[in-house]
Order: sequence, then C-alpha cells, then structure tokens
Amino acid sequence: MKKTIITVLGKDKVGIIAKVCNYLAQNNINILDIAQTIVDGYFNMMMVVSTENASKDHAMIADELTDIGKEIGVQIKAQQEEIFDMMHRL
Amino acid sequence: MISINEVIETNEMIQKMNLDVRTITMGISLLDCVGADLKETCQKIYDKITTSAKDLVSTGQDISKKYGVPIVHKRISVTPIALVGGSVCKTEDDFVEIAKTLDAAATTCGVNFIGGYSALVSKGMTKADELLIRSIPKALATTNKVCSSVNAGSTKTGINMDAVKLIGEIILEAAELTKEADSIGCAKFVVFCNAPDDNPFMAGAFHGVTEADRIINVGVSGPGVVKAAIETVRGENFEVLCETIKKTAFKITRVGQLVAKEASERLGVPFGIIDLSLAPTPAVGDSVGEILEEIGLEFAGAPGTTAALAMLNDQVKKGGVMASSYVGGLSGAFIPVSEDQRMIDAVSAGALTLEKLEAMTCVCSVGLDMIAIPGDTKATTISGIIADEMALGMINQKTTAVRIIPVIGKGVGETVEFGGLLGYAPIMPVNQFSCDAFINRGGRIPAPIHSFKN
Repeated sequence: MKKTIITVLGKDKVGIIAKVCNYLAQNNINILDIAQTIVDGYFNMMMVVSTENASKDHAMIADELTDIGKEIGVQIKAQQEEIFDMMHRL
Repeated sequence: MISINEVIETNEMIQKMNLDVRTITMGISLLDCVGADLKETCQKIYDKITTSAKDLVSTGQDISKKYGVPIVHKRISVTPIALVGGSVCKTEDDFVEIAKTLDAAATTCGVNFIGGYSALVSKGMTKADELLIRSIPKALATTNKVCSSVNAGSTKTGINMDAVKLIGEIILEAAELTKEADSIGCAKFVVFCNAPDDNPFMAGAFHGVTEADRIINVGVSGPGVVKAAIETVRGENFEVLCETIKKTAFKITRVGQLVAKEASERLGVPFGIIDLSLAPTPAVGDSVGEILEEIGLEFAGAPGTTAALAMLNDQVKKGGVMASSYVGGLSGAFIPVSEDQRMIDAVSAGALTLEKLEAMTCVCSVGLDMIAIPGDTKATTISGIIADEMALGMINQKTTAVRIIPVIGKGVGETVEFGGLLGYAPIMPVNQFSCDAFINRGGRIPAPIHSFKN
C-alpha cells in the first residue's frame, strides 16, 4: 500500500487537525497514524495516510492541502513516503 | 514506520538547508543522426532530441511534487558534436548551424541548458575537431542554451598542447564576441583533462560514445545540509567530523537515487549514474566555502584549506557511494568562485588566490571553475593556466577542468555580474610573467609513467 506523509508546520492554534481531517474525509483518504511534537516553539504534525481509494491524484491533494495551510496560516506538505524511507532506512 | 523526527529532519534539509536534486540530465546519442548533408543532419538531430526529451521537464516537475523535493534543472547532453558533424560540416559556420539546432531543440523541450558542443582531442585533432573548436566562440555568442567542452588531455594519452594553445585563443575570442554581456560566452565553455562520459553538470556535460542510446543521469547537491550537520560537531575531532559528513552525504545521495530511479522508469530510459557533488549556488547557506569555514578555517584559502577540502571530498564520496547503485560523473565538492558567496568573499578579502585555487583543484572534484580574470590577459597565459590544470589531472588520474572568463574591458579590483545561478565575481589577478615560448612549442606532452609514484 502506498502511503503519503502529510506534515503541518506552524504556530499552534485551534482547529488545525480538524481542518486537515475534514479535507481528508471529503476525499476518501484514510488516516493510518498521527504524531505531533513541538520543535523550537513550532507545532509539527505528521499524518500517515493511505490515498489508495482517494478521489484525487497526489499532485492535486498536495496543492489543495498547501492552499488550506495558507488559509489557516500554517505550512502543509504532502509527500510520498518513499523519500523518508530512502533517506532513513537501509 | 517512519518517525516524526525523521520526517522533520528530511523536511528541514529541504526547506532550511537548500537540499535539492540539482539536475536530471538526459544523455542522448546523436550518432544515428548523421544525414547526407547538413540540413538533413540538423533535422534528424532536432527530431531525435525533441522526441526523446519531450516529457523530461514535466516528469521532473511531477517527481518534485510527489516527494516534495526541488528538482532545480532539467537538462540534455548529447554526443560530442565534432563526431556527429564530422562528415557534413565543411566550415566553422556549418558547425554553428548545428549549435543553433541544439539551441532550438533545447527551447522546444523546455530545458535550460544542452551540453555536448564538444570535441575529444586528448591526443590529436581531426579536421572536424579543429573546425568545431574554432567555431565555439561564434556558437556560444549566437545561442543561449548550448554549452561547450573540449577534452584536451588524459592520463592515458598525455596533453594535446596544440589544442591547449588553440583553446587559449578561442577563450579570448569567445570573451570578445560576448563582451556586451561581460564575456558570458566563456561561462558556457569548459576544457577538461580526463573528462567523464556521464557528467550531468553543465557546462561540461556531454554524452560519451561509450554510453547507451539514451540515459538518465542525476546530479544531487546539498552543501547547506553538510554545513548544518557539521555545525553540530563543532570542536570535535576528525573522526567525529568525518563520520558526520559521510552520514550526511549518504542521506543526500539517497534522495538522488530515488529521483533517478523514478525518472528512469517514467521516461522509459535506463538509469545511468548519480553524480554526488556538493554544487554550491550564490544563495546564502548553499556554499562549499561556508563548509570549509565551519571545518575551522577563517576563510577558504587559509593554510589548511587543501587538507580540509581533500577530507571533505573523500568523505562525501565514501558516504555517497553506498547510497546509490551507480555513482559516476564528477562526484565530489565543486569549488567555483562566482557561484559560491563565501568563495567570492574569500577572494575579496585577499585570502584566496588563483594559485591556492589551483592547489585545491588537486583534491577537489573538478578544477578552476568560474574564475574571472582581466580581459587583457594574453592567450598564451590562459593556455598556460589550462596546461597547469591539465597536468594536475593527468598525473593524479583525476578529472580536472578550467572554466575561466577573461572579462573584456575590466581589470583587477572590478566585479563582473553574470546573473542567476552563475553569480558574480571579483576579477582575480593573474601572474604576469610570460609562458609564450612554452605554449608556442606545439605538439603534445607524452602520457605519464604509471610507476615510481613519488
């Protein structure tokens, strides 16, 4: 199963996760795992999702998530998992 | 499962430390494009390039989006044109026509540079080689995207001093023809010793005759990532420092491997090599000079610089080799002057001279790169600088190169602005003593002995 990693970076505030989750639900994207941490005072969230049955392709999901991020003042990226696997796993 | 800290680390490399895939370069053989006459040859060249590379740029953009990593350049390299045009080009202008065809094909494909307006003359020049070399100034002045290179020496053949003499004159002529634009023609030309067949980086990329019909080569970069990594081990000993550089180089190269494999699959073109180079840009935090400073030098050029660079270059290779199934090209640290802000600062501060740069090229991956010198420098002096650099490559069995820009109308103390990735550079003084009689001897320097290595 191809996994996508969605990351959110910015100042913590109410409703960030809700907003992202809403978008994912609307597009039939299943959340497999969520983790979050604070680095240098910034809110970092990572979601592992499956886009297997998603209604849109990766490029469109990535663009729309970036736009949602701009709306609420955080940075949102969607990347396929392989880049992290390649860099951190042998 | 990947942890959040690993994800954060990767994304910080991309966002804060300028990690990028510098170039996806498609090598295309033009050996099957020789037609009955020049017109037919140009048509075949145009058709083959625009068919082979039509999806190169869009594929690069798709992969960039998929993994969230910038892929800065998409480029094309072709078979050395002296070989392709040999039978149909009877004049210098005939070769310039091929250059214009390459330029048009590059524009159609949307790539920013096309390399391979080249001749391989390490032992001798054919008539076609000489015509092509003589046509280089005009070809560079009348095109925008064409890059040119000449291999003028090798460890196996020695140095072709006739070619070296001619190239000194050609560089001055190229400078003169583009003097309105600060002699930028010379920034698109490089002369090599031991040129690799699979280098994806410009200006020296060409598709060697030992290569397959088409190939994907990828150049990765990330001086900023190495700099940030070694900041965390400030004051530690060399063992710790070297381990840190190796691990970082491994991670950077893995990204290149991922992108190269994917580009190769999507384009249906075999994967050639990863070139794991630290290629700086003028952006702050994307500098090899800055790494040298972080290692412990006040400026690049201070005593210890050659040792620091040798160590850096070696660790980058050691870390990168395991990360990719095929490593090739130039692979190592580039030390261009104009493209690296801290190298520019080192020259301006008087810490870095042409002679010290020459010493550094003994241990770095390429050579004297993007160096601006006074426009009134003699052709023989330029040839002398080239000959010195070729000798370093020949004896040390490594690639060396010279990309030098005599800026017409400017002298020491002035600055030249190339713009964009090529950056700007202070004009460096050149040793004023003559080497006329040496260069004018003509002929070639024999291949070196491969024993008695002292």
